[in-house]
Amino acid sequence: MKLIIAIIQPDKLEEVKEELYKAQINLITVNEVLGHGRQKGVAEIYRGAKETGNLLRKIRLEIAVNENFVEPTIKAIIKGAKTGETGDGKIFILDLKECVRIRTEERGSLAIG
Amino acid sequence: MINAGDTAYVLISAGLVMLMTPGLAFFYGGMVRRKNILSVLMQCFIVLCLLSLQWVLYGYSLSFAPGEGFWGGLKWFGLKGVGFEPYTDYAATIPHQAFMIFQAMFAIITPALIIGAFAERMKFSAFLAFILLWATFVYAPVCHWVWGVGGWLRKLGALDFAGGTVVHINAGIAALVSALVIGRRKNLERNVPTPHNLPFVVLGTALLWFGWFGFNAGSALAANGLAVNAFVVTNTAAAAAGLSWAIIEWLRNGKPTIFGVCSGAVAGLVAITPAAGFVSVIPAIIIGLLVSVFCFTAVSIVKPKLGYDDSLDAFGVHCVGGIWGALATGLFASKAVNPAGADGLFFGNPKQFLIQLTAVLATLIYTFWATLIIYKLVDLLIGVRVSEKEESMGLDLTQHRERAYTILE
Repeated sequence: MKLIIAIIQPDKLEEVKEELYKAQINLITVNEVLGHGRQKGVAEIYRGAKETGNLLRKIRLEIAVNENFVEPTIKAIIKGAKTGETGDGKIFILDLKECVRIRTEERGSLAIG
Repeated sequence: MINAGDTAYVLISAGLVMLMTPGLAFFYGGMVRRKNILSVLMQCFIVLCLLSLQWVLYGYSLSFAPGEGFWGGLKWFGLKGVGFEPYTDYAATIPHQAFMIFQAMFAIITPALIIGAFAERMKFSAFLAFILLWATFVYAPVCHWVWGVGGWLRKLGALDFAGGTVVHINAGIAALVSALVIGRRKNLERNVPTPHNLPFVVLGTALLWFGWFGFNAGSALAANGLAVNAFVVTNTAAAAAGLSWAIIEWLRNGKPTIFGVCSGAVAGLVAITPAAGFVSVIPAIIIGLLVSVFCFTAVSIVKPKLGYDDSLDAFGVHCVGGIWGALATGLFASKAVNPAGADGLFFGNPKQFLIQLTAVLATLIYTFWATLIIYKLVDLLIGVRVSEKEESMGLDLTQHRERAYTILE
């Protein structure tokens, strides 16, 4: 089992969701987060005071999947979010130790799907 | 003879109409995505600044100086000769400048209404150029035709009490041109934009409704019975239209929405505007109930079918509602309400309906083409649309380097 965390551009969320559905990955969690990597924020100016290097709004997706879904998930996210410009985001893949479905108390790969 | 009561009333009314532009800012601002709300507020406020100056410098003269059929010329440039004595052709009991500043507020909100069509994607510099050109070459002539001494529609006998033609049809058709020229917003199919703050829409509607008492009742230009009539029918039509929109939604979509009631109320206010000084209360109810049917059809059925992206329905509400109001004036106007007006079709004078139709068509045709030319010109010189990247980041950050809401702190 893996936990896939992806940071993407906010306006790419719809496209990524669509690609994930196409790959039959329906269980996702979405957060709005702030951050910046190589891409610098746009300087904001308030009454002449410049705020540089501001954090940018990003979307963070969390998807827990079984091994055979790891590559399809990564491919779907890339397909939906890639523009080729800085700021497209990143995907992190973590080992997932355990997973419990609260309703049934199922565990492991049964609980994920 | 200057009348103190009338003067006080018109000045207060001018203040009420001024508040409509910030009201409109919130009405529209609540409907856009949160990355664009400041851009809408900014556009409304800068119009207030820019056109206040344009108006006292030459806008008022072009619109209202007695002139030829097309516009008024520059006789009253810089308010030369516009003083504190009444100008009896416009208002016999208030200082000329009181009439001028009351009209200024109309000249400001009219171009601001168009913002609804190109919201979320227009470049700010292009916006400024467009607004100034539009106020000069579209608002001023159309205003002169209908209200100015020497204007050809005024001579023809077209009735427009508070601006159904001059304000709403005029801005509404310009909005359609805007939407067509600037094109649809990016990713519209996938990412259906939802209003980011409906309470702002409600707040804006409340301010508009309140300000509209100045707009319509103030257009009597005196504190008299006619003003009372306009006040009563304005409130009545808004109420009928708000209710009717809610009922339509209830029947069609299963639930009534506050967004719908607000849209309906504004449509009702639009429709009663030309009629406010000429119709009585029962026609006002009919005008209000029906305007929601027309506007709802325009924004919920026709717009999606035709596919133009009038983001906040400036055309669907103001042009459609304005046309209905102007034509309804030709149906329901009665000399019993206003002896200085005319009887409409239902009061035995079918000719008035044709006159109203002429005024509507003339405005639609002139404004459509004039707006198109101005747009193309601005697009050629500056470019009307922001880049795709700027659009996706939002206009607040890319056009103004500010944002409305923070996530942390």
